[in-house]
Amino acid sequence: MIDLNLTILPDLLLAAMLIGLAWAALSSDDLRRGVVLFIAFGLLLAIVWARLQAPDLALAEAAIGAGLSGALLLVALRDGVAGNETAGKLSRLSRWLVDLFVLIMTCLIGWVLWLTIYAEPVERLAQLANTMLDRSGVSNPVTAVLLNYRAYDTLLELVVVLTAVLGVVVVGRQRRGYRQAGPVFCGLVQWLVPLLVVTAGYLLWVGAHAPGGAFQAGATLAAAGIVLRLAGYDAAGLPDGRLLRWLLVAGTGLFLLIGLGVTLSGGAVLQYPEAWSGSLILLIESAATASIAAALVLAYRGGRPGDWSSAGDRDPNREVST
Amino acid sequence: MLDLLALILVFSGIVFFFFGAIGLLRLPDLHSRLHALTKADNLGLGLVIVGVALLHASLLVGLKLLLIWLLALLGSAASAHLISQYALRRRRQ
Repeated sequence: MIDLNLTILPDLLLAAMLIGLAWAALSSDDLRRGVVLFIAFGLLLAIVWARLQAPDLALAEAAIGAGLSGALLLVALRDGVAGNETAGKLSRLSRWLVDLFVLIMTCLIGWVLWLTIYAEPVERLAQLANTMLDRSGVSNPVTAVLLNYRAYDTLLELVVVLTAVLGVVVVGRQRRGYRQAGPVFCGLVQWLVPLLVVTAGYLLWVGAHAPGGAFQAGATLAAAGIVLRLAGYDAAGLPDGRLLRWLLVAGTGLFLLIGLGVTLSGGAVLQYPEAWSGSLILLIESAATASIAAALVLAYRGGRPGDWSSAGDRDPNREVST
Repeated sequence: MLDLLALILVFSGIVFFFFGAIGLLRLPDLHSRLHALTKADNLGLGLVIVGVALLHASLLVGLKLLLIWLLALLGSAASAHLISQYALRRRRQ
């Protein structure tokens, strides 16, 4: 009954590995092991998105889901475990809660899948998005949806990122830094950081007509900051005090200003004039990239702007960056 | 003819990956595991990439693939060094 084609075998294998990894990550009692499995899960998920011909999602998953979230989880674990032997293990109650959560999510996802398979065919939004593409100012449908048709959603996402960063700043304590890296890691940093910055710029620019965009570019830029931080540069490439504040609000602020400007000049909120939409989108995306990158690096570093010590001071008690 | 050569290269690359994975699972301690993993996988990736570049027969794609290989080499060399150095330091403490 099922048309079993040999070419779907690798995809079935990928899907099975994905479920296996998800299960292993969730059922691991050792949190560090769980985090490492989660990163592997994210990378595999990126491959699955690529196989489903959704390169935008694949890029975002690899950069944000696996890379940045993995780094944040690892650094949170490092905070929690320091001087506390049991902190790295799951308690029985949280074990039980995780199981309950998995059960509920599995039922929900199964239900949604069932609904999608047996639902009446409806008008697909994708077709609508494609027919309006030449009026959106960009030629990549994903960017058109994110920054034109559904600009509201993206604006609110940027607000969420900003709120999260305010939380990080308020909580306040800066994490311990890392020991100055040895020659090999320093050599790697000298190659890697410029390359990451160039890649981020490319992703930002290419987002108008091919997979890419502000979130992927921001995550790539943030990766450069995290690499710098791991190599012992405490400021992690972030500017000091006031400039950092401007960077953090740039994305949300510019987005709001443009939305307001468009409204005042007679359009609906965030409905760009057609002739300008391409450049407005690029402007918003550039500001958003800077804000997202600054926010992610700040979340990794912890602490409020302006009170870090100079990059030159070295503490022998610091943990090694491996 | 070119396709056959490409297939041979890709498959020999996969064989290297396979033995690298066996080494990772079977060798007794961290340093020999790292040795097996980095050497075998780097060569395997190189062979796969040359094979794929031959299949594409385009200079731009070939250069991109070459860049990917160089980055993987750089990353794996540096991370293997960091891991083994960390292990050594832990052992001395």
